Amino acid sequence: MAKTKGRGVLKAKDGRIAITVNINGREQAWTVAPGEYLLDVLRREGYKGVKKGCDNGDCGTCTVLLDGKPVLACMMFAAQAHRRALLTIEGLGTPDKPHPIQQAFVETGAVQCGFCIPGMVLATKALLDENPDPDEPAVRRALDGNLCRCTGYVKQVEAALLAAKRLKACKGGE
Amino acid sequence: MGVADKKTFTVVNHRVEKIDALALACGTAQFTDDVDIRGLLTGRILFSPHAHARIKSIDTRAAKKVPGVLAVLTHEDLPRVRHTTAGQGYPEPSPYDTLVLSEKARYVGDRIAAVAAETPEAAEEALSKIVVDYEVLPAVFDTLAAMKDGAPIIHDEDDSKNIPDAQHNICAKFDFEVKASEWFSEADVVVDQWYQTQWAQHCALEPHVTITYFDGDGRLVIRTSTQVPFHCRRITARVLQLPVKSIRVIKPRIGGGFGSKQEVLLEPVCAALSLATRRPVKIELSRKETFISSRTRHPFVLRLKTGAKKDGTITDAHMEVYCDNGAYGAHSLTVMMCSGSHTLPMYQAKNSRFIGRSVYTNLPVGGAYRGFGATQGFFAWESQMDMMAEKLGLDPIEFRRKNYIRSGEGSPVFKAMGEGREGIEQKIGSCGMEECIVKGLEAFGWHERKKRNAAQTGVKRRGLGCACLMQGSGIPEVDMAAASLKMNEDGSFNLHMGATDLGTGSDTVLAQIAAEVLGVTVQDIIVLSSDTDLTPFDVGAYASSTTFISGNAVKKAALHVREQILKVAARILDEKFEDVDLKDGKAVGKSGRSCALSEVANTAFYYHDQHQIMGVASHTATSSPPPFAAHFTEVEVDTETGQVEVLAYVSTVDCGTAINPTLAEGQNDGAVLNGLSFALTEEMRFNAAGAMVNSSFRNYKIYSAGDAPPFRTILIPTYEPDGPFGAKSVSEIGINGPQPAIANAIYDAVGVRLFAPPFTPEKVLAALQAKTPEKAPVRAQ
Repeated sequence: MAKTKGRGVLKAKDGRIAITVNINGREQAWTVAPGEYLLDVLRREGYKGVKKGCDNGDCGTCTVLLDGKPVLACMMFAAQAHRRALLTIEGLGTPDKPHPIQQAFVETGAVQCGFCIPGMVLATKALLDENPDPDEPAVRRALDGNLCRCTGYVKQVEAALLAAKRLKACKGGE
Repeated sequence: MGVADKKTFTVVNHRVEKIDALALACGTAQFTDDVDIRGLLTGRILFSPHAHARIKSIDTRAAKKVPGVLAVLTHEDLPRVRHTTAGQGYPEPSPYDTLVLSEKARYVGDRIAAVAAETPEAAEEALSKIVVDYEVLPAVFDTLAAMKDGAPIIHDEDDSKNIPDAQHNICAKFDFEVKASEWFSEADVVVDQWYQTQWAQHCALEPHVTITYFDGDGRLVIRTSTQVPFHCRRITARVLQLPVKSIRVIKPRIGGGFGSKQEVLLEPVCAALSLATRRPVKIELSRKETFISSRTRHPFVLRLKTGAKKDGTITDAHMEVYCDNGAYGAHSLTVMMCSGSHTLPMYQAKNSRFIGRSVYTNLPVGGAYRGFGATQGFFAWESQMDMMAEKLGLDPIEFRRKNYIRSGEGSPVFKAMGEGREGIEQKIGSCGMEECIVKGLEAFGWHERKKRNAAQTGVKRRGLGCACLMQGSGIPEVDMAAASLKMNEDGSFNLHMGATDLGTGSDTVLAQIAAEVLGVTVQDIIVLSSDTDLTPFDVGAYASSTTFISGNAVKKAALHVREQILKVAARILDEKFEDVDLKDGKAVGKSGRSCALSEVANTAFYYHDQHQIMGVASHTATSSPPPFAAHFTEVEVDTETGQVEVLAYVSTVDCGTAINPTLAEGQNDGAVLNGLSFALTEEMRFNAAGAMVNSSFRNYKIYSAGDAPPFRTILIPTYEPDGPFGAKSVSEIGINGPQPAIANAIYDAVGVRLFAPPFTPEKVLAALQAKTPEKAPVRAQ
């Protein structure tokens, strides 16, 4: 029999636990091992845009938004996402309907190999949600945890500033 | 002027959006590990904990008994085929000294055994239960000491091939001399200096990862993060003794390589595990495993002894390099040679000599890394140029201006030194060095900054430094690239290439070249790269070859297709063949009548002279046109802490026609920032037993957005006659500048010269303290 424990985590069979996560706006029920990391579970569940660059909390490629704040999925147990809201790159925009941040990254040439980009885009999203009008140092601080070896960050900073400008214009027009 | 040599463009030289950028930004583009394969096993590798040890026995019985473990392999289970992991053209100019799983541990990180299991946990447990009985041997970690009599012999087996002197741990050697007069007889000034560069790693954000499986017909599919799919197929087939035709290598999106994925490392191990289990297997290195076991930038010990006349003419260039190759000889000859072949032609000396040795030590293995020897060579050369200028009493920039190679000039070095063999005669076609210097000085504000720095007092001192650079564009008469282009009924085209986009944007650049020839947009070009079953051969992405060599192949293929289109269109339009042009997705006749390309394709498919409009072309180059660059920097040195801060950095680069200026800038930006952290922080450090002690991004510091100093790339357009639409390479050259430019700027700031990067505060402070107190700008202690 499954029973409710602690913060409402359900114990399932074989020592595994049942959790519910709101991911990209939809409730999902997952059964995970207690020691499983969010990164591994997300990728297993098909969210392949979440990348594994170091599995050690150093590179930022696995950045997702947890209740709107950027977190490293490799440093968090999946169970810690129970009853919380996650946004992965798949939930932000699609090639048919990209988010303005994704569009800005494409237009400025901020994407080279692209392995760091999902994390970088989500870090930008978190920044712009909190500070719609950042200056360059603020952008650099916000992206500081997302390593990129291809671009030198020049065009990524440009992309974040362009996205801010566009989103602000959008809001102003509403 | 025909379409082949036109100089005004509609697609080329335009800032076209990278064709895969949107999918990458939305997370839908698929990298190697972004597919779900049913029944996929976890492969893991057991790495040696010892720097040098003979393996007396390996007991795998307990490991095999771990539930969920399907295979445990050691060298005894695999064919004993000595090979090189270097993904180079065949026959590879690197010694055949490696086994897939080693019978002797030669560095901490050497591959000893491999397991495949149902779960990562079972694989991990199996690794811990493999019992290896090692006889630990004396190890050698010093490049020069390894060559001495009595040093431990690292490769003492008799079945290795092409090791010039295994007794002295020399895995490659090359000497060359051009002598016009007695050495240093015409020199008024001589500078004789030693330099030493450090161990560093590529740090592609996607670690090495390979998945192998059997398709429905029993063929082995290797889905892998590689820069060299065709070399990977050839080497894997050979070492596992499989027919080439039984293997298919698929290169999906690649998360960066920078040379590290020019090595065939995981593919044979993973394939061996699939062969043993008949199951799909994935091996993905952790970041730590990538650091300790994959490949590095070869550290160099270099000596330059150079002479010049009072008027600034360089007379003599003696260059001696000792390239530390670590435990195996990957890229040993070529990286060592490129440290000379890419630097010595830069400044013309009548007497020129190169002595090169690559040396085995019990440390991680050197491999291809962006810059490829030129980086190490230019650190020494561009430091030396400033020292010479000072001794001559000349301005360092004017001194370089007097000596750099010009358009129309050749160099005996081009002929004497190729990559791993004799080179080819060539004269410089395009050279934008003068514009690089002029525009760079101006954009940087060199003279204003110089004036501002003239009277400095205080603890923090500013200084300026510059460096001039060149590289190559592919390996002439060695590298071959092919492309095929096929027309579809809607007027779109499939462009299939072996050229390997590893994040560089080559798919886009090459599509632009095809689109330019065919009068369409890149949206009409569907690119597939690379799959050894489906795309024509290409050596792969290395040696700054893709735009130049693969680009020429694509251009030729597109010209074939264009001709076929024009023939069909001429008939439709009732015009002469030579009166028809292709533009805006249409065939346009002299009369002004036009027809859509879809009509051309449908006519060929269904109505007249029915055939598939398609073309295939190959290209090898007879020259390797160097791109040129000039770098300028200002640093501020804290004389109390030794901290060096880069205040400004401008790099100008002549890459011929930039096929895509945005992507060209991006290549240079990335190379320069990598060079900046290589100059100031990056260094693989080892303990006394040869184990790397900083194998994480926390302790091996590559720059983040917050760390990056302000820097700027300026493209200097020229037109390279041998390149596709005037293009030459751009991807590597930028990494060669920051080390010497910063070393020169530190000297300008505080009067101490550092010969061994990275220029950490500890080293700068030690150098300041070693300086005679009366000259030192530091406050009295």
